[in-house]
Amino acid sequence: MGGINIMELDDRDIIICRCEDGTLADVKDAIHRLGLRSVEEIKRVKRFGMGHCQGKTCGKIIAQIISQELGIPYEDIKPATPRQPAKNIRLDKFANYNGGKNED
Amino acid sequence: MGVKMKINASCVIIGAGINGCTLAYELALNGMKDIVVVEKNFIASGATGRCGGGIRQQWSTPMNIKFAVESVHIFEKLDEMLNYKTEYFQGGYLILAYTDEEVNQFEKNVRLQKSLGLEVDIISAEQAKKIVPRLNVDGVKAATYCATDGHANPFYVTQAYAQKAKELGVKFLLDTEVHSIVTEGNNIKSVTTNKGNINTDTVINASGGYAHLIAKMLNIDIPVKPYRHEILVTEPVNRIIDPMIISFYHSIYFRQELNGGILMGQGDPNEPSSFNVEGSFPFVQEVTSKVLKLMPCLKNVAMVRQWAGLYSVTPDAQPILGPVGDFEKFIQVVGFSGHGFMLAPRVAQHLSNYIINGNTSYEMKELSIKRFENAQLNVDVNVV
Repeated sequence: MGGINIMELDDRDIIICRCEDGTLADVKDAIHRLGLRSVEEIKRVKRFGMGHCQGKTCGKIIAQIISQELGIPYEDIKPATPRQPAKNIRLDKFANYNGGKNED
Repeated sequence: MGVKMKINASCVIIGAGINGCTLAYELALNGMKDIVVVEKNFIASGATGRCGGGIRQQWSTPMNIKFAVESVHIFEKLDEMLNYKTEYFQGGYLILAYTDEEVNQFEKNVRLQKSLGLEVDIISAEQAKKIVPRLNVDGVKAATYCATDGHANPFYVTQAYAQKAKELGVKFLLDTEVHSIVTEGNNIKSVTTNKGNINTDTVINASGGYAHLIAKMLNIDIPVKPYRHEILVTEPVNRIIDPMIISFYHSIYFRQELNGGILMGQGDPNEPSSFNVEGSFPFVQEVTSKVLKLMPCLKNVAMVRQWAGLYSVTPDAQPILGPVGDFEKFIQVVGFSGHGFMLAPRVAQHLSNYIINGNTSYEMKELSIKRFENAQLNVDVNVV
């Protein structure tokens, strides 16, 4: 392990959304400067949760940050609306879908 | 639950979508004070935040063309004006014709569009292929292309207007739902919400897919119906498409976002009117099979997300602007039929001029609800 003390990391160096390069500083900016109050709003305005993982990684972390920053109980913070598909799927799989028969 | 809100407003705008936010900004910029925007959810949470983000001037009615052309002039300087990077990008719109009827209609459209000052051309399939080299142009008889068409990020544009409006003193009440509009004779007295009452004599209906429900609160029927429209987006890929591509024949459109994702949508003529905004599997199958015929190179690209939003559709696919019924100060900015995002910046200026100065522009007269009394409607046919 290198000599990094995570407690001394700058908010701008802590990645929250890997797919869209969102940092802790970005999330705090969304909450305090833009006045966003939910995972859904932060997703839409900052794109965090719109990348490959669709918020599977960052969604809960963002909910925790909102909880800490705004003093709202974590269990009261709703996740963003889940959207299909549950995992990334190639377009030709949909275009050629034949009802589940003879799938490769 | 604490003391209920009781405030006074010079006007109440219902809905913080693109039309509510552009209008709030224009009114405040032109000196109006005490403007309140009431929003059931959050900014751009309805149709605006679900739309394809296209900014197209190639319409088939003079009013849609005019508002779009003049809105493009505003979009071109919007980032500077509002100090916000809205991802506005003029990559053009390429509209493909597959039948002789379409070619005839497109020639007619282009004549009208040119007469209104738009630079747009009928081009051949080969020329279309030059603009999008990976496009499969089999069966394409001709196309129209306008280089100054484009797209922007609907969340960013709406946020940009809303932030500036706030700086100018506009009050946004989020998570606030309108329950009723209280009247006395032909005058509005107040708006009742789940958070309390707002005293006002002016109400602006900018509620998108819910516009007819707001009008119903004053017992007014407006010819606006909500219809679900679905979209999906893929993972980001290298830049391969600059313009928005439309095929009315296939009833689809697709474009590439600035981050690389390919966004595609389809209009379904059999979709019933409803408030349904769930994504469906048949849509994904249909739109992907059509788009892969036009862009076979996308076959290995993964879809990451699908969603849906509401078009609020009028009989002629043009918005209804201005007062309705017996209430002079119940003002509509509704029924944009799927193209509200691209018309809103200029429409807001006309409405603000009407609300503040009492000037009813020629365009507002043309788009007054009274036009539906005529037997002959000028219907925009360039809709997906």
